[in-house]
Amino acid sequence: MKFAVIVFPGSNCDVDMFHAVKDELGEEVEYVWHDADDLSQFDGILLPGGFSYGDYLRSGAIAHLSKVMSEVKKAAEAGKPILGVCNGFQILLESGLLPGAMLRNKDLKFVCRPTKLRVENNETMFSSAYNKGEEITIPVAHGEGNYYCDEATLKQLQDNQQIVFTYADNFNGSLQSIAGIVNEKGNVLGMMPHPERAVDELLGSADGLKLFQSIVKQWRESHVVNA
Amino acid sequence: MYKVKVFVTLRESVLDPQGKAVQQSLTNLGYEGVQDVRIGKYMELTIDGNTQDVEKTVKEVCEKLLSNPVIEDYRYEIEESVQQ
Repeated sequence: MKFAVIVFPGSNCDVDMFHAVKDELGEEVEYVWHDADDLSQFDGILLPGGFSYGDYLRSGAIAHLSKVMSEVKKAAEAGKPILGVCNGFQILLESGLLPGAMLRNKDLKFVCRPTKLRVENNETMFSSAYNKGEEITIPVAHGEGNYYCDEATLKQLQDNQQIVFTYADNFNGSLQSIAGIVNEKGNVLGMMPHPERAVDELLGSADGLKLFQSIVKQWRESHVVNA
Repeated sequence: MYKVKVFVTLRESVLDPQGKAVQQSLTNLGYEGVQDVRIGKYMELTIDGNTQDVEKTVKEVCEKLLSNPVIEDYRYEIEESVQQ
């Protein structure tokens, strides 16, 4: 399986994402600059964390208008797995690929530490290697991760089982403790915590690796059928 | 040339943690009458074109980039600037 790590000016978790896929997951991966106009050779798209365009205006606001984002939209429509972490999640929200928006953390602090997450839905292509209700440890590093959406959107997220991860301790004030959601189709996941920083016990946790393994497992299964 | 003032504010339904912190600070300063503070953004645009086009452009850029309709509202004022 071949992944693209999209790099925007100001991305700073692209190397961690690359390392997680290449060295820990053992799959192919390439860096792709934000002005790329073709992602057709990739099977999965990864939007890393960081501070694209210095978080000017709003987090992810300028990056979501990058040339590569229209290709990311095409990949999403084609059903390819798309993972946005932290700033990558914010970019997905700005682009409308996922519903809602991010506000400043409720206590206005940038929080950088391991957090406990609950797996709310293990029937997505990103979470099938976890058990439902499993508690996992994944680090966060953000100042604007306070997830917000209107009531109708929240109801839709709940009814369609689109909430994949929640915080055990809702430190940032997110609605319903939301840490990660998928789109209606289930192939676009956005999450504030960093699974790519939790792929080896040496890093304090290897709980994030199962997320990447879930993606590969689903991809292999669907491609064996087609082979 | 037109000078456009754009005001982007958080929607009423959205909590403003920054505004709340500033309001608390004002209370600490002794301004107990200040009941609420909401923080927004102010932008100035200089745009070339005729009146109709300018209004259309301003609306478009507000919706596409300058504000996020999920959490923010915008309003604007258009002023014709005198050519030197």
